[in-house]
Amino acid sequence: MWRYMGRKLGIYAITFVIAVTINWMIPRFMPGDPVRSMLNKASVSDPEAMERMTNYYNEVFGLETPIHQQYFAFWAGLFRGDLGISSMQYPEPVTDIILRAVPFTLGLLLPAIILSWIVGNHFGAFAARNKILDNTVLPVGYILTATPYMWLALLLAWSVGVVGGFLPTSSGYSLALIPAFSWEFIASLITHWFLPFLSMFIVALGGWAIGMRNMIIYELEADYSNYLQALGAPRRLIRRYAFRNAMLPQITGLAVQLGTVIAGALLTEIVFNYPGLGSLILRALNNNDYFVLQGTFLFVIIGVLIANFIIDIIYVLVDPRTRVQMTGGSS
Amino acid sequence: MSNVAGAPGSDGTTEPQPAVERRTSETLHFAKRNPKLLIGSGIVLILLLLGLIGPLFVDHGPNVYIGPQSQPPSAEYWLGTTTFGQDIWAQFVYGLRSTFMVGFLGGGIAFVIGTAIGFIAGYKGGIVDEILNMLTNVVLVLPALVVLIVAVAYLDIKGVFVQSLFIGMTSWPWAARAVRSQALSLATRDYVDLARLSGRRTGKIITTEIAPNMSSYLVMSFILLFGGAVLIAAGLDFIGLGPTDGVSLGLMLQNSFTWSALHLGMWWWFIPPGAGITAIVGSMYILNVGLDEIFNPKLREL
Amino acid sequence: MTLRVKDLKVYYQTLRGDVHALDGVDFELADGEIMGLAGESGCGKSTLGKSLIRLDSRMRHVDGTIELDGEDVPIAKDREMNRFRYHEISLIPQYAMSALNPTRKIGRMINELLQSRGVRPSEVTEELNRRLELVGLDPDVLKRFPIELSGGMKQRVVMVMATLLNPSLLIADEATSALDVSTQRSVVESMVEFRDRGYVKSMIFVTHDISLVYQMADTVMVMYAGRVAEKAPASTIINDPQHPYTKMLIGALPEVGATTDEARLEGIPGTPPGLLHPPTGCRFKARCPIASEECSETPPLVEIEPGHWAACWKTGR
Repeated sequence: MWRYMGRKLGIYAITFVIAVTINWMIPRFMPGDPVRSMLNKASVSDPEAMERMTNYYNEVFGLETPIHQQYFAFWAGLFRGDLGISSMQYPEPVTDIILRAVPFTLGLLLPAIILSWIVGNHFGAFAARNKILDNTVLPVGYILTATPYMWLALLLAWSVGVVGGFLPTSSGYSLALIPAFSWEFIASLITHWFLPFLSMFIVALGGWAIGMRNMIIYELEADYSNYLQALGAPRRLIRRYAFRNAMLPQITGLAVQLGTVIAGALLTEIVFNYPGLGSLILRALNNNDYFVLQGTFLFVIIGVLIANFIIDIIYVLVDPRTRVQMTGGSS
Repeated sequence: MSNVAGAPGSDGTTEPQPAVERRTSETLHFAKRNPKLLIGSGIVLILLLLGLIGPLFVDHGPNVYIGPQSQPPSAEYWLGTTTFGQDIWAQFVYGLRSTFMVGFLGGGIAFVIGTAIGFIAGYKGGIVDEILNMLTNVVLVLPALVVLIVAVAYLDIKGVFVQSLFIGMTSWPWAARAVRSQALSLATRDYVDLARLSGRRTGKIITTEIAPNMSSYLVMSFILLFGGAVLIAAGLDFIGLGPTDGVSLGLMLQNSFTWSALHLGMWWWFIPPGAGITAIVGSMYILNVGLDEIFNPKLREL
Repeated sequence: MTLRVKDLKVYYQTLRGDVHALDGVDFELADGEIMGLAGESGCGKSTLGKSLIRLDSRMRHVDGTIELDGEDVPIAKDREMNRFRYHEISLIPQYAMSALNPTRKIGRMINELLQSRGVRPSEVTEELNRRLELVGLDPDVLKRFPIELSGGMKQRVVMVMATLLNPSLLIADEATSALDVSTQRSVVESMVEFRDRGYVKSMIFVTHDISLVYQMADTVMVMYAGRVAEKAPASTIINDPQHPYTKMLIGALPEVGATTDEARLEGIPGTPPGLLHPPTGCRFKARCPIASEECSETPPLVEIEPGHWAACWKTGR
């Protein structure tokens, strides 16, 4: 048990080190002068402030100090939670900007992933070995997984928002309101949240349904299913077993699909101008604010690693086979 | 179990040699009546032809401002025009071309990396496997699009090739994993052992003994990587990190969004590119299911 | 008479046409009889085993009747068959190693199966524990997952589970092929013991291993190309076979009592005919050393002496 977890943690630690290293290397080894291009886009008119910024960035990139010191300084900053200062919102720390965006992204991502996973699994299980349903759910599922997240977002924003006028299509809450713990504000949050959520939910749904359908078919062909049928067990029982056993690989699938769904969330946010990490990335790109960009990158990586670890733990808890192997079964 | 179904003895004396031949003809038989394969490959082929031939019938570049501005579809401009008077049909057919290109290149690169790593890891085993497996797991955990955003953001050159290369370099891990587990099971078969005992080189064994036995599997992996590459490229384009010099379906989406086609109600600007991507990738996937059913008799409908 | 099979025909549907896997099979099984069912692979013995409990989706019942304890067994009707399954006819499958749901504790799975078949688990718990002990298993295995058990243990669990409701007929389909010799022997002994104690009334033991059959079976039925070649008491089949195919099969054995495998059986020259378009007349004639003109007519299965049946023109009628 601990060996398994230790191994997983080791891989995640290595991944993290590699990600941080990539993050540190890119601006230093890419062509061009990152400081110059950042400042070019920074909309500061006050020459004094401009000078302060220039000095700051030159110092942070520390181009005078030896390269390994730069690297360790980067790590040290990271552990202090210091990801530098944003150029587009100078002099605000990058960490603050990102922390403000994270709740919006998580608020979209978590419900979309979890609900689409649950609903998709049931759809898929329902469709498997049911000729009529299978012939509809399957193609629809594949078309949904093939849909670019931003396109469905555009379609929904256009049809429901612009043409229908039912729901707002931009921003995280009504800008006429001041964020407060009031019903009005919460209602505004929810109405603004719904379309981006729905759009992500629908796209992600297809993949889970297909995965489940394929796994169930595989399980229904398995020896234990055959044997139960030979002993006259009702379809209900066999399907219940198959569903449960098919769920297990779907949990692993959750980890594998995480990257895609996160990418989808970022793209969806951009369409709805939703104030999460996706919109932040877009803004950072447009302003050449590399600090924000890289800070976001690190945040996403950390989030992915944590999520992976949680999924690992859940898997061990649900699958008796891994559990038994880890506690040293007799076989 | 299946030997019972395999018509006892029928593979033996009466028809000694045509076992292989019959297997291909049986595959063909199922292929010809598999609607998923037929519809999927039909749509892919039509779109591919459109991307290859379509641009030849357009007598102006895709980004030229030639027409009236913001026109809905008409006889002259089949898919209407952009706010700047660009012909959306022209952009669409050129865009198809580059989308297929990214799919083939990006998917192809990922395929080469993934299968190479998978084969070597699965066949060699031991410490090589450990290291490659570790590498695979690390890259697998990193979210491809986010890595690409950071990497591409610093690059000045943003051509289709560079984009494909980057996509290929980040999206191979699951293919490596899948190929590895397949190779692992094949590597223990007798005929591979025999080849190994007779002193053939690893590369030779992989290409002559292992790969042919999982060719259908490899084809299907490539198709999935192709679809993945197209979708990632579209995402990058949409964020504004696409090729600056050309046109692609993702860029069309980006332009339409940036110039508020949404709020101007110019649906003809953003529907075709997204539909194009969905159709290509979706029919690829459905084609893949068809292939799976043909090569994997268990999934055939009875 | 427990089981009476008459002119049973079961075909496999394939693209190239029907494969006549069972083409007119006749036999009877007495109360308490353990019958070994032998033959080369593809002779139809596994199909026969399956047909008696559940046809898979490609199998089609074409003709013939099956009677169990005087009652008609509707093998073609999946739904009506359910009444017989497990209660009257049970199975130890070829794949006993993987026959248990890997993610359920064994005890819980058995309980769920029992409940679904209308049996209250508490009614049989005691019996279940007793029988597990009988085959040398600690009742604690019920609290384990299948992965925690060895192959032989799983095999025995499946055997106990399959016979828990005292079926009239137990089909053991190559049930011991995957086990090592010593485990095989103990499983076989347990099976005989189960019959002696009346846990099962009669048994069909499908195998390609004739010497194993000889250890446990009362009678042996030899099949060839979808038909019965010969059926007789085990000792008669081994010591005094009448059908030329049986003779060759027995002759191919090195010595009785030693285990053999399929490879040895291939000592018989030639291969069985394809069953897509089975030959007319006696199906063995192409390989038979004593075939003559009359063999182009299909030989009927006749009782050449009490309890000894053979389908060959050359056996003294």
